[in-house]
Amino acid sequence: MFPKPIEKQSQAAQVAYKSLLPVALAFWLAPLLAVALFSVKPDADFTSGNYWGLPSSFEGATNYGQVFFNSDMPRYLLNSFMITIPTVIGAVALSSMTGFALGIYKFRANLWIFFMFVAGNFVPFQILMVPVRDLTLELGLYNTKTGLVLFHVAFQTGFCTLFMRNFIRALPFELIEAARVEGVSEWRIFWYVVLPLMKPALAALSVLIFTFIWNDYFWAVVLTQGIESQPVTAGITSFNAQFRAAYHLMSAGSIVAALPPVAMFFLMQRHFIAGLTLGAVK
Amino acid sequence: MTVSSDIPETESWFHRNQQRIAPWLFLAPGILFFAVYVIAPVFQSFNLSLYEWDGLGEKTYVGMRNYEDLYWEYVDRDAFFTSLKNNVLWLFLYLLAIPAGLFIALFLNQTVRGIRIYKSLFFFPFVISQVVVGLVFTWFYDPTFGLLNTMLAWVGLGPINVLGNENLVTYGIVAAGLWPQTAYCMILYLTGLNAVDPEQIEAGRLDGAKGWSMLWNIILPQLRPATFIAFVVTIIGALRSFDLISIMTQGGPFGSSRVLAYYMFEVALSEYGFRMGYGAAIAVVLFLIMLCFITYFLWSMYREEKGH
Repeated sequence: MFPKPIEKQSQAAQVAYKSLLPVALAFWLAPLLAVALFSVKPDADFTSGNYWGLPSSFEGATNYGQVFFNSDMPRYLLNSFMITIPTVIGAVALSSMTGFALGIYKFRANLWIFFMFVAGNFVPFQILMVPVRDLTLELGLYNTKTGLVLFHVAFQTGFCTLFMRNFIRALPFELIEAARVEGVSEWRIFWYVVLPLMKPALAALSVLIFTFIWNDYFWAVVLTQGIESQPVTAGITSFNAQFRAAYHLMSAGSIVAALPPVAMFFLMQRHFIAGLTLGAVK
Repeated sequence: MTVSSDIPETESWFHRNQQRIAPWLFLAPGILFFAVYVIAPVFQSFNLSLYEWDGLGEKTYVGMRNYEDLYWEYVDRDAFFTSLKNNVLWLFLYLLAIPAGLFIALFLNQTVRGIRIYKSLFFFPFVISQVVVGLVFTWFYDPTFGLLNTMLAWVGLGPINVLGNENLVTYGIVAAGLWPQTAYCMILYLTGLNAVDPEQIEAGRLDGAKGWSMLWNIILPQLRPATFIAFVVTIIGALRSFDLISIMTQGGPFGSSRVLAYYMFEVALSEYGFRMGYGAAIAVVLFLIMLCFITYFLWSMYREEKGH
């Protein structure tokens, strides 16, 4: 293990390390802790200039209550879920098939198709912006959740294919050969042999795509504009315009908007990290 | 498999060619989606960059004029080269996330009580949307009450208005971007460090390698896959920077924090905008920069594939 385990060092070093950890963490998360503090302060603290002191009264319930019952935030959150969840399902479904095709079969175009997906996944969004917006307008899907979902599914398929294909490559190929000898059709091999083995990959991708899509801002701004379809990342700017200079409410709103992917991460940590390393670092 | 005997003709043809046809059937939906929404738009943008178009009316063919306008900055003074310069700045400064992530990973790669919680909490910034990161840092930098200036005041400095200063603003935004990116690189290295071969470390110790020389000669070579991915995602992240700029400054003050991605959006879609052809030309420039890196990534992957 590198660096040298701290237990093998002097008592003083161990104590120093253990006390340094929380201090370092506090510094690292300082901007976030500040927002958390703001979100439980009463309005009066900001007018009286008490920014950093203890809250003069604890108003967490009032502030978060405002966000949930007296603003458009719940609607934006709902939109986010209605965009994110279908995207996750769509992208994972498409890419488990493309990943299977590229991971199992040997044919001449294989590597080129794979590279097409990988390269497409890396292009800057701006080069897609005008044509994708036009296409969405033509399909009559501008400012709808469906329009956003369709694009996200297509774009995320690139990344997901990369991941799935590498994962499937690492599976024992003998299983598939054995099934073929038995005369099992290719579709059944996919469904009954490979898919069950892909559960960890499916979980990893689902959490990761959930986070990516939830946090998307650019496409939300390009393809939607109103409360009926905008996700929370775009909605929060209108929320902030509504509560201009009400820092306690804007802070509470930001925390609410950030929460779902955070919860997802803490619940599915191991899968999440497996996904982030693109399956390349084990 | 019993059902198929009812239709022997088609069944046998399909059966004989199953292994050749199957991959294309599996690929079809994915390729269709990807081609329509990703591949074709790239070419459409290239084409559009040769036209003048307001997004509604007729397109007028103008040849290379959009690119000439960009180069000579006829339309927006200083906009193109400021954006380009900022993109370069982003690229280089963003790479700091790699050593910073490695540093934190080395700091946290211990087995004391509760270390798992610490690792997760250090990773926290990456999970939060960039919109929220942008808001949080805007308040952090605020000249009247921001935490930064409060802390500077303790040591008798400040106040500085980071986001209102043309010379500081890009650094300020990059710092905000480095926060989640460092967390990402950290997690890549933590995973990598887990897989480092303990026997090689022992062998290195016996040879007298310690500290830096151990890190440089024995650990880092084994972390190569992690470094490669960290490099890829950091470069892509740097060139994609849009959310933070849009939230924190909207390109200001006086356009000094624009990057190509933001400038393009401003030209094509914001209230100044609807110059779609001109925007497409900016996007093409950004794409070509990215293409250099994409080619390099694919080439590395290609060598890897052939090596196996």
